[in-house]
Amino acid sequence: MSAGANHQGGVAVEVRGLRKSFGRHEVLKGIDFLVEPGEVFVIMGPSGSGKSVLLKHIVGLERPDEGEILISGEPIHAPEVMARYRMALVFQSGALLNSLTVGENVGLYLSEHRLKPPAEISRIVSEKLEVVGLKGTERKMPNELSGGMKKRVAIARALVIEPHLILYDEPTSELDPLSAVVIGEEILKLKERIHVTSLVVSHDRDLAFGVADRIAVIDDGRILAVGTPDEVRQRPEPIIRKFLTADFNPNHKTRL
Amino acid sequence: MFQNIGEMVLLAWRTLLALPLTWRQRQKVFDQFFEIGNASLLMVCVLSFFIGGVLALQTGPVLVESGLASTVGGLVGISMAKELAPVMMAILIAGRVGSAMTAEIGSMQVYQEIDALRTMNINPIHYLVLPRMVAIALALPMLVLFAILVGWLGGALVSFANERIYIPIAVFFANLRSVVELDDVANGVFKSFCFALIVGVVSCHQGLVTIGGPRGIGRSVTKAVVNSIVLIVIFDYILTNVLMVFNS
Repeated sequence: MSAGANHQGGVAVEVRGLRKSFGRHEVLKGIDFLVEPGEVFVIMGPSGSGKSVLLKHIVGLERPDEGEILISGEPIHAPEVMARYRMALVFQSGALLNSLTVGENVGLYLSEHRLKPPAEISRIVSEKLEVVGLKGTERKMPNELSGGMKKRVAIARALVIEPHLILYDEPTSELDPLSAVVIGEEILKLKERIHVTSLVVSHDRDLAFGVADRIAVIDDGRILAVGTPDEVRQRPEPIIRKFLTADFNPNHKTRL
Repeated sequence: MFQNIGEMVLLAWRTLLALPLTWRQRQKVFDQFFEIGNASLLMVCVLSFFIGGVLALQTGPVLVESGLASTVGGLVGISMAKELAPVMMAILIAGRVGSAMTAEIGSMQVYQEIDALRTMNINPIHYLVLPRMVAIALALPMLVLFAILVGWLGGALVSFANERIYIPIAVFFANLRSVVELDDVANGVFKSFCFALIVGVVSCHQGLVTIGGPRGIGRSVTKAVVNSIVLIVIFDYILTNVLMVFNS
């Protein structure tokens, strides 16, 4: 595996007829979409619509009840596919290992798989932290970082894997508007730098319309619309209009 | 319950299969080993000293009055070696170390750190369970060996200091040596090795299946300690029977 920043581009991701239930509650009710290689694809929808569960399926943390997920045409659960295509998930919380320093977190993939000698790992860790604007934070512990910094460390950790596909779970949640813009810009920078396929799950309209090549709107476990940001803006479905135009209402009449 | 047992057996089996990777994880094994020792050594000393002492205190006067003063050393020696040190130290470790293991792994589970490991293709069993299991399986027998010696010392000092018993220390140990054989100590150490595996598997398993937030972690820790203690007592009976057959 090359340690350089540039490598082969992203992969295509195809989701076909995905269904998943937890007990009696059906969370995903037949999801279909295709993400092109190198595309920033945003799955947008209200809380509880099944976005995060969908993401966990794509990264292999959950198995579907029905349907399949194809990475460049091959089923994701085939062992050779997981070995051939590297994927990274940037968790909503960052999910940094709290007992490790920032540097150890970022270099964990390389050190655990013994892919590089320690000196080389240190160099790569510094390089990736610099990419996300956190140069010199290697020795800090995760609890010393702000929410935005944790997410950027999580992105640096994902970059070390040199992924073909990066998945972001609510990357701007719990962030102030400025940090949210920085994270959005990081997503775009990565697309330009390494042409990785990015799949972003978010309910942040600003982020979605700011970074997406295409957007899928999901609600109640179903995809309601897929298209470019402009196409989605023009969609007439009331539920999409409501989600896209919802704003603070001083008369308290907004209903979920 | 049966699902839990099945999962624990599977976890133990997968950890066993991962044993060849122990050398790669040696730093983590050492860290865990050090932590277990650091967390428990003082407690082991205090507990075993007083267990040995109270054993001598309870039995000594009766035996002395019955003209069996020469058996006090042997009684304390064999009780500590075969039963009290392994069981009591295993219970202590379940509460002191097993609970910490469950809390740490449970917290990692709840806060998605284990999911993060999986997405990096890092097996949580290799990364988290294996080092803890190896460390506890090495540490508990050593602590028990230490506890046996300290327990004997406690028994000897109480037997000497208590005027109703008053057995000179040299006499106490001479009697102990004539009764306790190396096999008896080995039995205790072997039992403690088995108990270590029980505490390790139960604690790591409870951590890995933790759901919910802080309340879920608390629930898992309680379950891990209670289940460990129950299994230690049950397996103590089974192992004692098995070892009796082997020793006869």
